[in-house]
Amino acid sequence: MFSLTDILSEALGLILTWDRGLSEIVMLSLRVTLTAVVISCLIGLPLGAVVGAFRFPGRGVLTVLLNALMGLPPVVVGLVVYLMLSASGPLGVLQLLYTPTAMIIAQTILVTPIIAALTKQVVEDLHVEYREQFASLGVGAFDRITALLWDARYSLLTVALAGFGRAVAEVGAVLIVGGNINHVTRVMTTTIALETSKGNLELALALGLLLLAIAVIVNALVMALRASAVRAAYA
Amino acid sequence: MIRCHLLSLAASTFLALGLSGAAQAGDSFIVVQSTTSTQNSGLFDHILPIFTEKTGIEVRVVAVGTGQAIQNAANGDGDVLFVHAKPAEEKFVAQGHGVARFDVMYNDFVIVGPPADPAGVAGITDVVDALTRIAEAEAPFASRGDDSGTNKAELRLWAETGIDVRAVSGDWYRETGSGMGATLNTGTAMGAYIMTDRATWIAFGNKGSYKIAVAGDAKMFNQYGIILVNPEMHENVKAEAGQTFIDWVLSDEGQAAIADYKVDGQQLFFPNAG
Amino acid sequence: MRDMTLDMTIPDGATAPALLACQGLSFDAGGKRLINDLTLEIRPGRRTLVMGPNGAGKSVLLRLLHGLIAPTVGAVLWQGDPLDRAARDAQAMVFQRPVMLRRSVLANLKFALTVRGVTGAARAAKAAEALELARLTDLARRPARVLSGGEQQRLALARALVGEPRLLFLDEPTSSLDPASTHAIEDLINAAHARGVSIVMVTHDLGQARRMGDDVIFLQNGTLAEDGTLQDVLAAPQAPSTKAWLEGRLYTAP
Repeated sequence: MFSLTDILSEALGLILTWDRGLSEIVMLSLRVTLTAVVISCLIGLPLGAVVGAFRFPGRGVLTVLLNALMGLPPVVVGLVVYLMLSASGPLGVLQLLYTPTAMIIAQTILVTPIIAALTKQVVEDLHVEYREQFASLGVGAFDRITALLWDARYSLLTVALAGFGRAVAEVGAVLIVGGNINHVTRVMTTTIALETSKGNLELALALGLLLLAIAVIVNALVMALRASAVRAAYA
Repeated sequence: MIRCHLLSLAASTFLALGLSGAAQAGDSFIVVQSTTSTQNSGLFDHILPIFTEKTGIEVRVVAVGTGQAIQNAANGDGDVLFVHAKPAEEKFVAQGHGVARFDVMYNDFVIVGPPADPAGVAGITDVVDALTRIAEAEAPFASRGDDSGTNKAELRLWAETGIDVRAVSGDWYRETGSGMGATLNTGTAMGAYIMTDRATWIAFGNKGSYKIAVAGDAKMFNQYGIILVNPEMHENVKAEAGQTFIDWVLSDEGQAAIADYKVDGQQLFFPNAG
Repeated sequence: MRDMTLDMTIPDGATAPALLACQGLSFDAGGKRLINDLTLEIRPGRRTLVMGPNGAGKSVLLRLLHGLIAPTVGAVLWQGDPLDRAARDAQAMVFQRPVMLRRSVLANLKFALTVRGVTGAARAAKAAEALELARLTDLARRPARVLSGGEQQRLALARALVGEPRLLFLDEPTSSLDPASTHAIEDLINAAHARGVSIVMVTHDLGQARRMGDDVIFLQNGTLAEDGTLQDVLAAPQAPSTKAWLEGRLYTAP
């Protein structure tokens, strides 16, 4: 029914006739996703590092919780954020529903557990190696966390990429809280969903290819950074 | 070096976020809760720029199923409700969520089917008869199953046949639980009959070999209505701008814009305000 | 011939009060007693060797004395008082396998200075001095983890010393190094000792012991077999296990 050639030529056509509408959608996708990933890192990296490096009551429960939250269904997150931001919800006065900010909030909730749980694992492994040396040098709690995060920075880039992957591919949550409003909250994934529902499957797949290409570029950039680091044996 | 990159990335994204917040702060837009049929058919892309050009009011459309659109509007998340399920709309107004309901336009529902026509319904006008035949042949029938306007209309017609489709759900009667487009994609792939509004069907890009099998019954009439969300119930409603939009849609100019919208030379919606 | 000032910084170990002491020290792990009822003293200005067969508890003893692990019974006393933060800051340790932070050589040194509250120009000066001392100046910008084993151990030693400890623990610091690297490490240790740093070092190398040791502690199965000046113990070992170890025999308890 559909040939790969059709889809590829459609995708190529998209790129060749690149218009303002398309770049608006692509830029909004990147803006929402990257902002959500940055905020998730600001929360998830220290949180994961603390859970990974310290022993404290409730640590086991927190670990299980973080791991479980990694599997949060986006639609559920979307609904919860919708209920919070709805005019009749507790945060309705902020009037954030159907804005990119609402999408960023939803994606941050989705991505933070991933960042935190994976950071915990990375930091825990590194801390096994560093623990006695830190104790011997008398490194305080704050310096420990920052040193572990800094020394694990290249592994943590991969962690951030995992979060980016989840966020950029996500449609369920941003559809509900963003509303897929043209020129306002329409991103690549919601456009793909819309074009699919219009029966424009070639266009939907072509947009999917474009999304994939963007994800590949972002990953390649980060990996290039990491590869040079591995060559220098920092990681 | 790397730290600098990360910081500048963070800074630029936050800057972008801040700017977007500022851009949204303007008051010159309204949110319209509407249905997928109006959006997917391309009607809004045709009429909204005309309205915005004239009034400077931007219209942000959230296109979901009628059931969800009404629920969202009842939560106060929208200024105008523009859907197609008259009984539910009247209930919305009666409950105080809406100010008043006005007819805007209509089109009709059709039943599309595979060329093989296993139930032999092609060309039948009497929709109750056609549905009965589909049930007797146990030919696959894909239903939205999502409490949308189309779904409500479909269930009303099944009720007239006296067939309890809920009892055979999962057998030949299949509820996709999705929007019109998704149901068309799914239904055509499984060779099922599907009831859809004509506008969505004409604009749908993945028809395959499917054709309209049943159409023309007065019972398939599909009326769209427009309602201003009640500002006394939901204080954030932009009543003035919302009323401006409703007035325009109901005006001669708005009605003409609706009548003017055609896909493949076919008019999709027929204005009938007033 | 030592000059007078040096003599004053290194008191006569035999008579000076103990720098570090423990009495009846025991440590259990995994249901096993790894250190059993140990009573000993580390005297200031001395190079004390900890010797004994594999599994005798040498590394565990070092960690107990350094406060990395807490004893099950007994306590470690620093100049007569329990180990506190200040006492810990007066100690440093070099591990058998050097732990290199994933940073440059210079950044490894700066890290150790920063956690001691040394920053700015003072930090830069001290780091440069330490690099010079460990002959790592040319490698300052290299990632620490690409250095050779000997270079890494020199860095670990330099990093331990930038905090200006009074007591330095070394856990088999040269066990995996070639003779030249071993020699360089020994020189660094002796230089630190000459500046007044007391040394406690685990070693298996009898040659190294003869070159480096003032005092010796012999452990057998977590118990103190014997201790004293190296000279005395080597000349006339009292414990049968020490005698067996020195003769290269496997000791089996009667």
